[in-house]
Amino acid sequence: MRLDIDTFREIANSLVRNRSRSILTGFGVFWGIFMLLFLVGGGQGLKQLISSNFEGFATNTAIMFANRTSLPYKGLKKGRSWNMTYTDVERLKRMVPELETVTPIVSNWGQEAVNGSNTVNTNVKGIYADYCMIEEPRIKYGRYINESDVLQERKVCVIGKRIYNSLFPTGGDPCGSFIKVGSVYYQVIGVDVSAGNMSINGSADETVSIPLPIAQKIYHRGNQIDLLCVTAHQGIRMSSLEDRMRQILAREHNWEAADKQALFVVNTEQMFSLIDNLFTGVNFLIWLVGLGTILAGIIGVSNIMMVTVKERTTEIGIRRAIGATPKDILSQIIMESISLTLVAGSFGIVFAVQLLRLLEKIVNSRPDASPVDFQIGFWVAVAAAVLLSALGVAAGLAPASRAMAIKPVDAMRDE
Amino acid sequence: MLIELRDVNKTYNNGQPLHVLKGINLSIDKGEFVSIMGASGSGKSTLLNILGILDNYDTGEYYIDGRLIKGLSEKQAAAYRNSMIGFIFQSFNLIGFKTAVENVELPLFYQGVSRQKRHQMAMQYLDRLGLADWASHYPNEMSGGQKQRVAIARALITNPKIILADEPTGALDSKTSEEVMQLLGQLNREEGVTIIVVTHESGVANCTDKIVHIKDGIIGRIEDNRLHKASVFGTSTIMK
Repeated sequence: MRLDIDTFREIANSLVRNRSRSILTGFGVFWGIFMLLFLVGGGQGLKQLISSNFEGFATNTAIMFANRTSLPYKGLKKGRSWNMTYTDVERLKRMVPELETVTPIVSNWGQEAVNGSNTVNTNVKGIYADYCMIEEPRIKYGRYINESDVLQERKVCVIGKRIYNSLFPTGGDPCGSFIKVGSVYYQVIGVDVSAGNMSINGSADETVSIPLPIAQKIYHRGNQIDLLCVTAHQGIRMSSLEDRMRQILAREHNWEAADKQALFVVNTEQMFSLIDNLFTGVNFLIWLVGLGTILAGIIGVSNIMMVTVKERTTEIGIRRAIGATPKDILSQIIMESISLTLVAGSFGIVFAVQLLRLLEKIVNSRPDASPVDFQIGFWVAVAAAVLLSALGVAAGLAPASRAMAIKPVDAMRDE
Repeated sequence: MLIELRDVNKTYNNGQPLHVLKGINLSIDKGEFVSIMGASGSGKSTLLNILGILDNYDTGEYYIDGRLIKGLSEKQAAAYRNSMIGFIFQSFNLIGFKTAVENVELPLFYQGVSRQKRHQMAMQYLDRLGLADWASHYPNEMSGGQKQRVAIARALITNPKIILADEPTGALDSKTSEEVMQLLGQLNREEGVTIIVVTHESGVANCTDKIVHIKDGIIGRIEDNRLHKASVFGTSTIMK
């Protein structure tokens, strides 16, 4: 193959000669690669967008709460209520060493929080310091509840985003000021702005979190707890621990271990795997549609090259007569095909990247949202370009073999 | 002998076998100016294709400059065509989207000659044929005679052993035809180029030094025409 400026000039020439045809053909490829990249980027962004709803949420968490029994047990009839207690925390910690965190919650709904003339409805959540392992806070001001707050039973609180916006409409750092919740004043020590839309006994943004012993005493809860949140160590599947935890709690609180209704377990691992499965399906569709569209474009290129070769029978015959080898003709046709696909495809890549950038800008301009990444990676773009070249060769093969079959004699016959 | 054909046979097998060349024996020496004349269907085009290594023959032997041309691969055939033979076609067969100089350059492109060198050489040849001013014109901007002269320049540029002209005046008027034939004659006389013209026009044949008559696939008569008196009408001009 002879490669010099004339080779490229010749290719450019033959593509430009049929400008509208080249553009229309190239559009197929352009649209194909654009669709593929845009869908891949969009799908990735969408996944992140949905995942951001679970932001700050440990992926291998289970949340348990007591419910009425549905089976009779040891002479106790069904439909009986029971409660989890403090001792269950220690019990689970000791008997299930795979658990990393075991932390209880005591909550009280429908409280009113007051700061001066501003009021807002809120849920009060009594927590331990290690609750941050379950639902990771995003602290904007101050700090989260710590061990000392719990041990010394300080009347302090961390407030959610909506509470902060309602009680401190002028903004600024609220730490140190006091708010009244119910009949008790608490000192604000932090603001948690996590966007999490997952709610464990109320969404984080409308919650006032206080040390658990305080909640216990103020709301007269004895040693009952409402929720038990657990996380497993890295690499341990939460679902494999669920049965053992059920058995331990069943034995302690006298209900049938097989009674699924008695202990309600929400396992986030299952939820996350559901989303993962959903996006595996979405991705499959994306690639199916994207590659299908490219393929259609490439077949278009192949078709048009076929027509071009037919049209250029005389020209190819002349070239053969004056000394072009079949290889020269082959490389010429394939180079044309590659150039057409690559030029059209590059426009597709650029267009997709620009559009994804725009989309990213729009989505990330939402207030207080965690940034979402729609853009495709650099290497994805490179891979797309390589794919295009390969497809260009493939598209050129059939027309090139037809061109190679042209005999120089044809130049003289075809007039 | 530059060209030596020994008992060359060619049969086309398109449905009914058609025996086109029935044992052609022909020798052409270096520097000759020969015409091959015959009616359509006489086999003269087939003979030209074989002479130009554009087509294969079935039996016999064909030598160019002592080299046997038989059973060549496409690549070899292309190389021989490129280096040994220059073609001039009836319909000029210039490439329409290339300028005159680019058309003339093309054979050198396939020889792998550098861009600058081939441009320079092409300009030189165009100049020799009096077309230097037309170098950057496209074929459709030129007259038939000019186009044929570009084609001749293209045929000459590789400095071939043989120039094969297939009805070189077929698409030209009588005046231009004569000019082209004179040009070929001049090239033959002054530069010693071997030229073979295939034609069915006696006037054209009359311009050459030797006329080979072909009829029904065999060589009939070989006429010495150095006096250019073969054609009744051809003494003064080419009749159209």
